[in-house]
Amino acid sequence: MGMTVAEKILARASGLPSVKAGDVVEPKVDLAMSHENAALVINQFLEVYQGTNLQPNIWDPSKVSVIFDHRVPAESPKTASNQKKVREFVGAQGVGKFHDIRGDVGGICHQILPENGYVRPGFVVVGTDSHTTSHGALGAFAFGIGATEMASVWTLGTVLNVEVPATIKVNVKGKFKKFVGPKDLILHLIGKLTAQGANFKVIEFHGPTIRSMSTSGRLVICNMSVEAGATAGIVPADKETARYLREEAGVKGTIAPVVADKDAAYEKVIEIDVSKLESQVACPHTVDNVKSVASVKGIRVHQVVIGSCTNGRLDDLAIAAGILKGKKVSQGTRMLVFPASGRIYAQALAKGYIGTFMKAGAVVMNPGCGPCLGIHEGALGDGETALSTTNRNFKGRMGNPNSQVFLCSPAVAAASAVKGVITNPRKGAK
Amino acid sequence: MAQVVIKLGDDISTDVIYPGRYMATVLPSETPQYAFSDMTDFNSKLKSKQIPAGSVIVGGKNFGCGSSREQAVSTLKGHELVIVAPGFARIFLQNGINLGLRTVVCPTIEASEGDDLEFTNDEIVNKTSGKRFAIEPLPKARQAIIDAGGLIAYTRKLLVAKSA
Repeated sequence: MGMTVAEKILARASGLPSVKAGDVVEPKVDLAMSHENAALVINQFLEVYQGTNLQPNIWDPSKVSVIFDHRVPAESPKTASNQKKVREFVGAQGVGKFHDIRGDVGGICHQILPENGYVRPGFVVVGTDSHTTSHGALGAFAFGIGATEMASVWTLGTVLNVEVPATIKVNVKGKFKKFVGPKDLILHLIGKLTAQGANFKVIEFHGPTIRSMSTSGRLVICNMSVEAGATAGIVPADKETARYLREEAGVKGTIAPVVADKDAAYEKVIEIDVSKLESQVACPHTVDNVKSVASVKGIRVHQVVIGSCTNGRLDDLAIAAGILKGKKVSQGTRMLVFPASGRIYAQALAKGYIGTFMKAGAVVMNPGCGPCLGIHEGALGDGETALSTTNRNFKGRMGNPNSQVFLCSPAVAAASAVKGVITNPRKGAK
Repeated sequence: MAQVVIKLGDDISTDVIYPGRYMATVLPSETPQYAFSDMTDFNSKLKSKQIPAGSVIVGGKNFGCGSSREQAVSTLKGHELVIVAPGFARIFLQNGINLGLRTVVCPTIEASEGDDLEFTNDEIVNKTSGKRFAIEPLPKARQAIIDAGGLIAYTRKLLVAKSA
């Protein structure tokens, strides 16, 4: 029996000729990423070494990345002190892929890893962040782990006792309608699968729509695969992956894609035709509560958010700026824009998008996670509604349990900011 | 015997268990005060120690979905709660095992607040309703971590063996 992409990657990383779903393996890690929660990882890492008389040294600092993005710049003395502790630790350990709070090379971890070429096809990537699934967009097996598990990875360089997940194959065909895209596809799929439909499983994406999708779009669908519970989302690497890594991430040397065997065993196969798909919206308070934009249009929106590790990339900002050009954000609606990285911010500035947002009345913030997880920027008032291009709408997600969050694409977000109510960006569409 | 102190629905997220705004608090010893902090009544009962160790939260499907934040586990572990649910989200379950939070997978569990439960090796007996429910055994891969006393101890053992 052949292997899926995940099985092939895990077999190689575990030094085995083959593995199948259900096997227990101990894969070597190619890249281990943390953000501010490295403060907890450090605590747990030092605890591992307690009473051993061994010097606590990270197994391979060149394979560790730490990126500040969740609370940047620090919102409190506590966060600032945690960041200081992490900064000193990664300096002492010689961690190479460290991205501090900076306007040039800083940004959200799930954009910093791809844009710097840190992730390659076939890699095993772990991150102390559930949206580490993003990096499957480059043909890697990438999954989220807790801080203690990361402490174990820093110690041993492997992930202990990993069960090889079964894989769900998703074949996507058809051409998107105008203003409909990867975000609508993944919301539609999550609605179909439910929030737990892919729990403990991998989603492997195939089909002509995926092949012609940019890496930026692939990052969106892999990012949100975890919202169906998936351990990982994977787009098998292809020409586009090589193009992205060479042209946009400056990678030199060989790029070796890992592809599934023709007779690979899938738990199930899902077929999707996007040619008739309308813009999708995930309604409060679960990501699988997905409806077409037509059925929620007219709902009053107090805050529109464009950005995050899901939709804060240049093509997302281009779509939003195209809709907002020459228009104004509706009175009574606040619009916040968070580019995903310093590099994207600079590109958006050069292309005039930032100016368009500001003229329209949007507030352009520094790259980072922003209001997505309700820590320090863009909190909602009691009874307020947000429409956001982020990835979660759980109760209290944006910091206030007495508010509600709807999730959508950049096109729906921008069109709705102009009207002040949820709006279909396609003119004439119902 | 252990009492069910709260019954929750499906898809209880890590944002409900441990809101993002407290994520700057990382040390396991400091997280218990923020457990379910947006459910103010339950949070105050926990904080005022009205809920004895070993008490049970009965959740619905996909308990602990969302973030990888380990605080969502350490906050419950700090109160020595037992979580029974038909299913858990992957990262939460793994974090629970790594930190020694007792998570019990029981696909058919029926219990209400106030019910008394008894745990055997392979089932839960609801003493209040008289019904019995099978427990799904944990995979061996995870049981090894529990037997070692959590992932820190397990990793330490492997580290020492490797360095010897």
